[in-house]
Amino acid sequence: MILSYFPGCTIKTRARNFEDSAIAVMRELGVNLEELPRWNCCGTVYSLAEDDLVHHVASVRNLMHIRKQGHQKVVTLCAFCYNSLHRANEIMRDNPDKRFAINSFMDEEDPYEGQISVSHLLQVLRDDIGLDKISAKVIKPLDGLKIASYYGCTLLRPKSAAIDNPENPIILQSLVKALGGTPIEFPFAIECCGSFQVVDNRDFVNERAYEIINSAMKNGAEVLLVSCPLCEFNLRQAQVKLKQKYTDFKGLPILYFTQIMALSFGLDIKVNDFELNSTETQEWLKKNKLVA
Amino acid sequence: MARVELSSKKLHSEFIKKVAEISGQNIYQCYQCGKCSAGCPMCFAMDILPNQIIRLAQLGLEDEIASSKTIWLCASCLTCDARCPKGVDLSRIMEAMRLLTLRKNKNHIEPSKMNRETLAELPAIALVSSFRKLTS
Repeated sequence: MILSYFPGCTIKTRARNFEDSAIAVMRELGVNLEELPRWNCCGTVYSLAEDDLVHHVASVRNLMHIRKQGHQKVVTLCAFCYNSLHRANEIMRDNPDKRFAINSFMDEEDPYEGQISVSHLLQVLRDDIGLDKISAKVIKPLDGLKIASYYGCTLLRPKSAAIDNPENPIILQSLVKALGGTPIEFPFAIECCGSFQVVDNRDFVNERAYEIINSAMKNGAEVLLVSCPLCEFNLRQAQVKLKQKYTDFKGLPILYFTQIMALSFGLDIKVNDFELNSTETQEWLKKNKLVA
Repeated sequence: MARVELSSKKLHSEFIKKVAEISGQNIYQCYQCGKCSAGCPMCFAMDILPNQIIRLAQLGLEDEIASSKTIWLCASCLTCDARCPKGVDLSRIMEAMRLLTLRKNKNHIEPSKMNRETLAELPAIALVSSFRKLTS
């Protein structure tokens, strides 16, 4: 299977560990992720104003490029890109007035009517490949490792863009089970980490991280799985400060779900780029003999 | 909160009309159940709670909203939207209120004044999102 793949800004820089592991895992599952040529930034956050159409143009241009690439479907890794592209596509499909305005503005391109289907990688894993096929690829089962899955916001909200039940998602826990791990439930799995507020209000985001990580730990988690590069950054960077502020704070290793897949598939360690994870995460991997 | 003065003029202000128009939301739908504030991840840092913001908007109390930190702490996580029993998308109302300031060319944060180390440390996804939400 060949799928059009939209990377996005952070995936190509800070989250290479997410991208490289995802591409390797998908290749192992028989899927070739074909990177969209000439992709541009999706805009990261979807504009919530009724009268603001210009901020959807970046996403729509990407969707037009996907059509030109010859695909009907695009897959993203970044949860923010997924949300922006998915919702821009909804406008173009469902809102004739806004579609007309945006198409008229983008007069050098052929009109677009929302024909592309925008998926997140987790949906492809669940719906197109299937957990049974993923299980069959596991050569190093996670041996009951207690794993908490953190969803964040943009894969679940709004409802129209939710990849799973927005209040009670199970897609990541099902994946953990398929890899031989033990999914840990915790009440902060779908709570926001503070998102872009890290730029202006880092202390508040750190407090959010404190609650999220402690909640996962109290419920027995040994490691936290994430699917969003901004959640990953926020929860990782906060731990340094939190250890200084709260002497009893131990912190949790954080991995992208694709990294834990690559480990259980027994893929070349290089595809995980663990040097981009925290040093604590790297030490934890060694201690638990997940890497040599 | 200090004493506030209600008036017919405020109740029918241009501000209320603009918030409704930009957000596409009917602010009078809200019956103050407080579900938005109960689930808000940033409300611990807010001086006025999310449900109070919408009540202030219903009463046209523009100055009280403008002097609050609340709308700038909203992370657009949409938890309020997901849980509102009346189908009011408060995240859109917050966005409309931010835009009414930002569209006067008033930035809430100044990227040019951020120090180099901070800019180098933060990933693009954080910077672009923040500039999109908090600058004009």
